[in-house]
Amino acid sequence: MTTTAPAPAAPKPVEPGAEPPPPERTRVSRWIPAAGVVAVWIVVWYFTKGTNTLALPGVARTDLHDELTEINNALLAGRDTNPVMQFTNSIADMLRSAFEWVQRMIVVPSPPRPVPEIGWLGVVAIATYIGLMIASWRIAVLVCLSFLSFGVLGFWQDSLDTLIVTGMSVAIVVVIGMPLAVLIGTSPRANKVVTVVLDLLQTMPTFVYLLPVVLFFGIGVSAAVVSTIFYALPPLVRIAGFGIREVSTTTIEATDSAGQTYWQRLRKVQLPMARKTIIVGLNQTTLAALSMATLAAFVNGPGLGKPVLAGLRINDVGAAFVPGVLIVVMAVMLDRTTTAASERAEKVARGGGGNVRMRRIVLAVGAVATLVAVYLSRTYLSLAEFPVYTIGDRLADGVNEVMDWVTDTFGGVTEVFKDFVTNWLLNPMQSLLAESPWYVSYVAISALALVFGGMRALVSTLVCLTGIWFFDLWHDAMITLTMTLVATVLVMVLALVFGVWMARDRRFDLGIRPLLDAGQTIPPFVYLIPVLALFGPTRFTAIVAAIVYAAPAAIKLVADGVKAVSPTTIEAGRSTGQTTWQEITKVQLPMARGSLVLATNQGLLYVLSMTVIGGLVGAGALGFDVVYGFSRSEAWGKGAAAGITIVLLGVMLDRITRAAADMRRDDGPGPRRAFNIRLPIGPPR
Amino acid sequence: MTAALSVDSLWKIFGPRSDKIIGTPDAELSRAELKTKTGNVVGVRDVSFDVAPGEVFVVMGLSGSGKSTLVRLLTRLIEPTSGTVTLNGMDITSASESQLRDVRRTQVSMVFQHFGLLPHRQVIDNVAYGLEVRGVSKKERRAKASEIVDLVGLTGYEMSYPDQLSGGMQQRVGLARALAGDPEMLLFDEPFSALDPLIRRDMQNEVIRLHRELGKTMVFITHDLAEALKLGDRIMILRDGAIVQIGTPDEVVAQPADDYVKDFVSEVPKAHVLTLKWVMRDPRPGESMDGPTLPVSTIVRHAARAAIASDAPIRVLDGDRLVGVVDEEDIMRVVVAEEAV
Amino acid sequence: MRIARSRGARLGALAAVATLALSACGGGSVDDATEANESQAAEGGGECGDLQMAVNPWVGYEASAYVVGTVAQDQLGCTVEYKELKEDVSWQGFGTGEVDVVIEDWGHPDLEKKFFEGEGDGSAMDMGPQGNVGIIGWFVPPWLAEEHPEILQYENLNQFAQEFATSESDGKGQFLGADPSFVQFDEAIVSNLDLDFKVVFSGSEAASIEAFRKAEENKEWVIGYWYEPQYFNAEVAMQRVALPPYEEGCQDDPQTVACDYPETELKKIVGTDWAASDSTAVDLVQNFTWTNEDQNVVAGYIASGGMSPEDAAAKWVEENQDKVDAWLQ
Repeated sequence: MTTTAPAPAAPKPVEPGAEPPPPERTRVSRWIPAAGVVAVWIVVWYFTKGTNTLALPGVARTDLHDELTEINNALLAGRDTNPVMQFTNSIADMLRSAFEWVQRMIVVPSPPRPVPEIGWLGVVAIATYIGLMIASWRIAVLVCLSFLSFGVLGFWQDSLDTLIVTGMSVAIVVVIGMPLAVLIGTSPRANKVVTVVLDLLQTMPTFVYLLPVVLFFGIGVSAAVVSTIFYALPPLVRIAGFGIREVSTTTIEATDSAGQTYWQRLRKVQLPMARKTIIVGLNQTTLAALSMATLAAFVNGPGLGKPVLAGLRINDVGAAFVPGVLIVVMAVMLDRTTTAASERAEKVARGGGGNVRMRRIVLAVGAVATLVAVYLSRTYLSLAEFPVYTIGDRLADGVNEVMDWVTDTFGGVTEVFKDFVTNWLLNPMQSLLAESPWYVSYVAISALALVFGGMRALVSTLVCLTGIWFFDLWHDAMITLTMTLVATVLVMVLALVFGVWMARDRRFDLGIRPLLDAGQTIPPFVYLIPVLALFGPTRFTAIVAAIVYAAPAAIKLVADGVKAVSPTTIEAGRSTGQTTWQEITKVQLPMARGSLVLATNQGLLYVLSMTVIGGLVGAGALGFDVVYGFSRSEAWGKGAAAGITIVLLGVMLDRITRAAADMRRDDGPGPRRAFNIRLPIGPPR
Repeated sequence: MTAALSVDSLWKIFGPRSDKIIGTPDAELSRAELKTKTGNVVGVRDVSFDVAPGEVFVVMGLSGSGKSTLVRLLTRLIEPTSGTVTLNGMDITSASESQLRDVRRTQVSMVFQHFGLLPHRQVIDNVAYGLEVRGVSKKERRAKASEIVDLVGLTGYEMSYPDQLSGGMQQRVGLARALAGDPEMLLFDEPFSALDPLIRRDMQNEVIRLHRELGKTMVFITHDLAEALKLGDRIMILRDGAIVQIGTPDEVVAQPADDYVKDFVSEVPKAHVLTLKWVMRDPRPGESMDGPTLPVSTIVRHAARAAIASDAPIRVLDGDRLVGVVDEEDIMRVVVAEEAV
Repeated sequence: MRIARSRGARLGALAAVATLALSACGGGSVDDATEANESQAAEGGGECGDLQMAVNPWVGYEASAYVVGTVAQDQLGCTVEYKELKEDVSWQGFGTGEVDVVIEDWGHPDLEKKFFEGEGDGSAMDMGPQGNVGIIGWFVPPWLAEEHPEILQYENLNQFAQEFATSESDGKGQFLGADPSFVQFDEAIVSNLDLDFKVVFSGSEAASIEAFRKAEENKEWVIGYWYEPQYFNAEVAMQRVALPPYEEGCQDDPQTVACDYPETELKKIVGTDWAASDSTAVDLVQNFTWTNEDQNVVAGYIASGGMSPEDAAAKWVEENQDKVDAWLQ
């Protein structure tokens, strides 16, 4: 989704006698033509609605879709002779045996032993020791408690399976991704090409490539690892590449002028100086990999996704909730550990890191204790197999009771809210977008893109809309677009309210952040069931699910943007005697506008990424098409077309908001920076 | 003696198809016209000059005049569009990648405005970086680097990180790094313009001291005329990428080539720059010729006391030859004219 | 200070581990168990080997799969691996040896064309009916059938269409379509029978169940695609609406369907290579057959009783050893 915005040119001193800069277009002037376009659109819609909408029934397909399906069929038919598949199959075999080897080491019985080579006590000890070694005692405690919670809540094997899959995927992503990151970090041309591919990987719903992945890599852990790699690769490449590109040009020049070679520059200057950013990329990649756990379960991928899906299958929130929470626990553990480890490495490199002798002693003692624990876990059955506790079940029951209470108590109220949003926002907008003849919507959307994003946005929009039209799912695309827009509006309302509140109240900020993190990390399948119970299989259910996922990111962005407003400006405003309301609306929000645009951009894309999940709960449209294509191979082409259409919608919305942001001059480097790295955490589609 | 550095008809044009412009009538267009017509921007326009061994050669101009581009063309940190750069008899512009690397490693070092230090390395390793990329062993390069650290007055800060140092100290690190490889020539790209005035003065004196002690050839870029006059043996003034004037400091002040330069030097305290060469006159008939003697290169300011103390005009000598005389009034004219401005 | 605190915390963590360890202590030694395993492996014949059972994502299927798997594992000594896959992916697995058995197939002509002998690559084969009869149709919740019995005839649906209207149905009545995996012609049926309805897809079985459950509780108007065997019918006995009866060929052209769904004999589909192997589980799968009631019992254990599929299957096997014995002959 990222194209590198041209580096902001350094402001040039205005030479005396030069013409004054042309007056900039102000913000107001963009809304007036926009309103004009909408007004004309409504008039045209009134006379033409319902004609030429290109609507296609849910289970119907077009010739184009069947041609796409044929691609998949042809691959399938040739699978015994296709040399590429032979190759990928042997890779899959290697992945499988690597996974099984690690599994026998730490989770499953290693025949003829009835238990793994290292029992749970040993595994906990080793993990804790690693935490101590690479980070600190705090992290060691965190790791230890996290691992214990895996077992105590009853998902020891699934949790470790997820960890192994995540670890394998991230390792491979690093091997593939770092060279790519160097490539895009050092060559602008490569950056352009690779970025397009990354855009595609990040917006393409996973369901679309799950079938081909299975075709090439088989079922189970190999498919899980490969699809995880696809999804987790972009953040690392993008962020690390950005870090490398951002290395100060002066430093590069200075060291170049010392006569260094390409490799010396890379190894001694670019990589070390981009180190922090690369770690951020690695961190994001790890979380992205983790969030694939649930989807991988659709092709028998091992891990915590299985119990989550099983819970969904029998409508049991509690049963899905517990493994879902463990995914959050794991995410927190991995996130804090990698961050702390990199901070510690920094400190040690700078000669800090506390008392070295003491630390050595502690590490030595820890090593001995770990070895003892490993030995014990190899000797006693009870230390090898995690004992069974009922806490997990009781927790699940508790969650179910709470959910039952919530649905019983709030059922009526939520219904009213749902009907309000549906009848007053969703239906009118959908009617305008989807019931206009397709060419009317096409022109109107293009005009709006021109108004908000200028020529650049217009060109992208024309290309994307033409693509959407080509793939024969225009009507569904318009419905999905409507849902995306409505959800984004609601996300932004939440983001403004909570973001400003967080920025102005430190305690509220501290209190709500963990909730936001959890909202972003917990698999959507977990909260799908209670949301379904409240709202039934409707578009609104999908919108609510999308909001739960997208709002945290937008709220955080707005909060950070408002916080970043210079205190001097606020002081200056206060000295004029403004009210709190005036301070928020006239100073803080306008000055944080860059962040607001970014939050909108992210909100749109996050919401769009939930389209497929929406298809599972009655939202229909493109989400349904994708699920349908994945579920029935004769419709794979329709699913693929829907996937591509989602990609096109994403690219279009991204380019318009990005261009809208670029048309303003006063964006700080913050939003620009963020636009460049795009941080995807959370559920793949 | 051959020139240490010789630049001949050097061009740099930024933009698409920039190589197609030189030699066409378009090359004669002004910067703004060319930009409008072709989208290309001229960085450096047909520049030629020589620098003698041991000379301090200052390139001066306002921002956007192409001086920073010029200094980067010298070691091809930016590729020239056309023209040649010859360094100690070697054609840099046609050098291969590895020859060029060799030149950068052993012959020319550069000091940058924004220092360009490696934040993840201690001072000593920043200084030793040039030696490191050459493949000098760790022990050897550290020994050499700590010598240089002492030379630039950073003793005791070897193990610090750049962000723990003040701007002036960071630039001393930059200077030390440039010196560590013992190059024959140093290039300075506005090295002190990011520093406070007082520190800037210290650093300028440091450069003068080092030049005296080490005798390196230096090419020094600045936008500060006072700095140029203070350091330069010769000064080259650039405007819009083209040479306006090359000359010694007193030549530039006394005989500005055009209004642009005149405007530049108008506020220079001339008595501090001009030598007797520029104020002396032929003796008038009947004038007393038994006044004290001073060499022709004496700065006017330094001659003032002698002129006031003596009744007879001062006799100005070039070696042993009498080239003119100067009296109190001549000197006052320079000093007073300045105050009137 | 830092060290002291760190020691305290570490002791705390150590204590936590120790408590867990001790509470679990008293188990036997790993070596003993290993020896036992080795001697058992020496005796036990490997006649069954591995059985790779696809588990398609609905509870009824899960019941069948785990019952067969449990019998294979406990009574034939097979190593059973359950693979949670959608139908299409399962069928792909026959050719690569990743899947041996699909125990409940509702009829996939397109997949048969790709994988059966003849038109396809021959990697899969039909092993006959497994006893369950699949009934697909249009269903309403029981309260509705009771209060408005006339609704059970499709001809009367239009007069109630407005009652079924929702925020999703554009002013028409809403018909709740199903999980996209299932064969469904409802859009065509609605249009060909001139019904004033719009098909809104629930998207998943879970979504449909949630909708029906809520409808029965709150006496809401819902009509949708539903089927039997299905454990949920034990909780809420969904009532079928009669459509024009099925006749041979009336569903051949998806565009013109205007009749009810046929009753389907659910089949066992197996990998051809596996079927030709000498695994003792081949006979078990060949002989396996049970009734809709049987399946609903096990599915009910899983979905409503909160049992794991393994436990649910084991329980049923224990209670119905006579039926199991028939499969093992």
